[in-house]
Amino acid sequence: MRKAGSDLKVSGVMLALCQAAVLLVLFTVWYVLTETGVLAPFFFGRPLKVFWVIWEWFFSGKIYSHLAITLIETLLAFAVGSLLGLLIGLWLALTPLASALADPYIKALNAMPRVILAPIFAVWFGLGITSKVALGVTLVFFVVFFNVYQGVKEVSPVVLANARMLGASKRQLLRFIYLPSAMSWVFSSLHTAVGMAFVGAVVGEYLGSAKGVGYLILQAEGVFDIDTVIAGIFVLTVFALLLDYIVTRIESRLLVWRPKTAETEAM
Amino acid sequence: MSVAVPNAAALDLEGVTCAFAARGGEGRYIAVRDTSLTIGAGEFVSVVGPTGCGKSTLLNVAAGLLAPSSGRALVHGVPLAGINTRAGYMFQSDALMPWRSTLDNVTAGLEFHGVAKAEAVEKARGWLTRVGLAGFGDRYPHQLSGGMRKRVALAQMLILDPEILLMDEPFSALDIQTRQLMENELLELWSADRKSVLFITHDLEEAISLSDRVIVLSAGPETHPIGEFTIDLPRPRDVAEIRMQPRFTQIHEAIWQVLKSEVLKGYAQSRK
Repeated sequence: MRKAGSDLKVSGVMLALCQAAVLLVLFTVWYVLTETGVLAPFFFGRPLKVFWVIWEWFFSGKIYSHLAITLIETLLAFAVGSLLGLLIGLWLALTPLASALADPYIKALNAMPRVILAPIFAVWFGLGITSKVALGVTLVFFVVFFNVYQGVKEVSPVVLANARMLGASKRQLLRFIYLPSAMSWVFSSLHTAVGMAFVGAVVGEYLGSAKGVGYLILQAEGVFDIDTVIAGIFVLTVFALLLDYIVTRIESRLLVWRPKTAETEAM
Repeated sequence: MSVAVPNAAALDLEGVTCAFAARGGEGRYIAVRDTSLTIGAGEFVSVVGPTGCGKSTLLNVAAGLLAPSSGRALVHGVPLAGINTRAGYMFQSDALMPWRSTLDNVTAGLEFHGVAKAEAVEKARGWLTRVGLAGFGDRYPHQLSGGMRKRVALAQMLILDPEILLMDEPFSALDIQTRQLMENELLELWSADRKSVLFITHDLEEAISLSDRVIVLSAGPETHPIGEFTIDLPRPRDVAEIRMQPRFTQIHEAIWQVLKSEVLKGYAQSRK
């Protein structure tokens, strides 16, 4: 009899092969349809030209400065947004009065489509990195904030009482009970948060900038160069996947204590 | 620590009444009414009563986690204000920090008291060995069985060397074999330095086999003590064997006479 484990491994390799095959089929269909003129290349691009654009970007080195800008914006938005979300989430969750006072405003700010803030940020902070980071922060903040808030509210009363009996002071409760408990919620929201930071950066660039992958896409769109637009989308997708992979690695390393990872929905 | 009335009992509850706002907002629910009980130094006292009779409420008052509506708690003759720092508390449900390894859970109390990490770790390793968990220090709580988690909780409490142990049905979630093992281990650890113990349980056999004295509570609401029995069984005891002794059966009979009607009352109320 074969073991269940080896079965899984074989099917894992097979799965990867099948997934690659699906990609290949999609590209072939795209290639055939655009080459035969069923789909107009002007609107749908040509796969070979798209790859050529990507190839040239990386080998001429033209893309690196743009990619670096976009990634820096993403990471800054992610870091600042998470930190603010963590601090304000902890503060509001632990002070009921402030929380009750802020409640309608938090809800209003969260309900507002924050992308419309981009023009205001462009006016305030100019067309450089800062305005994109600001947009990303408004997106990341709420994801982290709601998770921290929930995390603190969900701290087990028994664990809390136990820590108090073991002599934990107020400050120690914050550091050793509330923070770790909230962090587990934060980590499960990291995927959403990183995605949001990326959205903030690219949308910010797209709406007005002088550098970044979003800027490249905007430029290409201006001259109806659909191949370059699609190339930009591919590059962004690959890096979004890469960021997501890094988050998964960090998460599984930091949350070893969890029986199973629970995913929370962004609010 | 410095202030203590000489010859005072380890723990004294004087006329404790606990009222809560009733669910639905109207009126009050009186969980415990005018209850007084005393635990002498080095005495093992169990409190039995039907489920939902407010046993845990009494324990929380003794721990300082809950302020009584009236009455007071005295620790070594000194009125309790805030957390009872001379007591260790073992909870009914899991109280370990799930994000800390077994070892870090045991060191937690010492860390809170500002003991250096290296010293705390060394002490914690000693305690893990004493509760039979040497080599499990780097496991997380979810990787341990229910019985093992109780041992960790025991080590976590005892490492601070509290003078009073407050235990809230600590073994109720365990299967009967593991439970008897844990009870024997508790008795062994207790006999080493005779701490004062207030042990809450709904299991009469457990109460008799462990204690010097058993206090019976009435069914809730307005729970109050309705009987007190001294257990004159010899020590050291083996909780599995002592149940076979005729004296055990006699005591069990006597207490059950008092407890039975309360259990029935509690059962009737829970069905309302």
